[in-house]
Amino acid sequence: MAIFLTKESRVLVQGMTGGEGRKHTRRMLAAGTDVVGGVNPRKAGQAVDFDDRVVPVFGSVADGIRETGADVTVVFVPPAFARAAVVEAADAGIGLAVVITEGIPVHDSVAFTSYARKKGTRIVGPNCPGLITPGQSNAGIIPADITRSGRIGLVSKSGTLTYQLMHELRDIGFSTCVGIGGDPVVGTTHIDCLAAFQDDPDTELIVLIGEIGGDAEERAAAYIREHVTKPVVGYIAGFTAPEGRTMGHAGAIVSGSAGTAQAKKAALEAVGVKVGNTPTDTARLVLTLLDTVREAPRA
Amino acid sequence: MDLYEHEARALFEEHGIAVPRAEVTDSPQEARAIARRLGGSVVVKAQVKTGGRGKAGGVRLATDPVAAERTARRILGMNIKGHTVGEVMLAQPVDIESEFYVAYVLDRAAGHFLAIASAEGGMDIEEVAAVRPEAVARIPVDPAEGVTSAKAAEIAGAAGLPPQTADVLVRLWEVLVRQDALLVEVNPLVRTREGHLLALDGKVTLDDNARFRQARRGAESIAHDDPLEAAAAAKGLNYVKLDGEVGVIGNGAGLVMSTLDVVAGCGARPANFLDIGGGASARVMADGLTVILSDPAVKSVFVNVFGGITACDAVADGIVRALDEVRLTKPLVVRLDGNNAARGRAVLDRRAHPLVQQATTMDGAARRAAELAHTS
Repeated sequence: MAIFLTKESRVLVQGMTGGEGRKHTRRMLAAGTDVVGGVNPRKAGQAVDFDDRVVPVFGSVADGIRETGADVTVVFVPPAFARAAVVEAADAGIGLAVVITEGIPVHDSVAFTSYARKKGTRIVGPNCPGLITPGQSNAGIIPADITRSGRIGLVSKSGTLTYQLMHELRDIGFSTCVGIGGDPVVGTTHIDCLAAFQDDPDTELIVLIGEIGGDAEERAAAYIREHVTKPVVGYIAGFTAPEGRTMGHAGAIVSGSAGTAQAKKAALEAVGVKVGNTPTDTARLVLTLLDTVREAPRA
Repeated sequence: MDLYEHEARALFEEHGIAVPRAEVTDSPQEARAIARRLGGSVVVKAQVKTGGRGKAGGVRLATDPVAAERTARRILGMNIKGHTVGEVMLAQPVDIESEFYVAYVLDRAAGHFLAIASAEGGMDIEEVAAVRPEAVARIPVDPAEGVTSAKAAEIAGAAGLPPQTADVLVRLWEVLVRQDALLVEVNPLVRTREGHLLALDGKVTLDDNARFRQARRGAESIAHDDPLEAAAAAKGLNYVKLDGEVGVIGNGAGLVMSTLDVVAGCGARPANFLDIGGGASARVMADGLTVILSDPAVKSVFVNVFGGITACDAVADGIVRALDEVRLTKPLVVRLDGNNAARGRAVLDRRAHPLVQQATTMDGAARRAAELAHTS
């Protein structure tokens, strides 16, 4: 198994005919993703040739779902149109919308995440690298060839740190890696992923990557104490970030005493999560814990 | 982006929220003339994007125009928590009967905005919330419905505010939505002895991501206290100046933040945050290096790239081209991993610049950059 995305997932790409959309659709296909269509109202009826596969373009998400049975959409449309694109996908009844677009106004993210929740559509992102179930499917821009299928579940606010940990732990491999995005408002949280990994029989250990800003990691810690029995290894970025300065991600800002890396690390450690000092150190902790898990007698 | 008090005030006024009469200036002589226009007695307020102005002496009452000039001279140029006062606002004093607090803030956890209101305004709301949480109402606002008159009445009722504040609550929501703000706060909202409601002070944070549909924006100056930050911003670089000696360039906000931490863990202090983002071009690389090398505090530079979408050979080409444009005077430690890393490393090996060295791990590279910063 895996979480949210498997080889059965049938994927639409909103914005497939744009430069980024085309480039990443090619990569997704190469990673084994079943990309069943693109969506562009002005190019309905056309098709895009990706070497060994021709992908049709539909005029709407609803058409795409009707024609192909799609259940996932990956959104590459520009920020000004992202809200309408996600609302359209939710209205069409898509199960999962992965919003890669960076720079979406927060009011739009508030509107479409709230709308999607009412419609029963899961949103991953916005401003995220997407998610990958190695060897099965890749929805987004995570490079597929730096890791393989395995037993670790990974959830992260940061794209490049996701890649770094995937690379460090490539010999063990991953069930699913989810990049939830670094914006202040995201559709899928650390907690959503922890819950799904806890229930996923293929996931033996969970890696949680956080960063400064907000209190998502503190809330994740509280959730872990109550609901997660699988081992969790954490990493937090931003110990050196000064107060009041935004560090790249729109959500990465320390305000007053809130949102510090120190507070997040302390909250995670208080519930028994091992927290690494560097990405490499974090990977080392994972290897040690996996050895322990393997040696412990099974009840 | 945070606005100055006078900018926030202008937005309130534009949306029909009453404010005291006031004017802004950077000149003490002009302050005297303004005080005369406002009737003599004025409150002189430092315009800085930080809290605690009052305690720092940045808000003072002047009883006549001569005192206003003297007070403005004293406040202009003051340093308040690292912010230099460039302008003062002079406002007509208000005869206050009672003070309230109203704000809309983003509740990140819930993914929507929250109305926060209290009949105990004028002081540190966080303190009130900590000591007497029941005195602060926190009401979620459904994004699809917004703040209607009925919703505003509910908020006012929950906080124990007089019913006439409902109109201000509706208008303040309009400011939030129409201006694409992440935070609007009026503290204090006051009722005068004549029974008028006035926004005495306020705070607005705008969403930089919404610039594309906020056509008027760009008029406000983005304050860069640091000349290097101004130079970096002009080149479109995502750069934050810090006070250490190891310059850091990397791809992706999370990885760069992590790099700063790892450098600090090696006993050195990072000099900056610089994220070249995805698909780094030679141009971006050269611009980034130029900015970092022009910081006299920088003793060594650490380039940390994990190629995902970004190809490491393209980054290496960028570094090589940058070396042709920028005279490198400080040691550069480069760690390339991921997409096309082997080709990238080969490109740098071929260039064989005496001040450029490569490392195979992030931790090792950080250690080396820290050592070089201490010895050079």
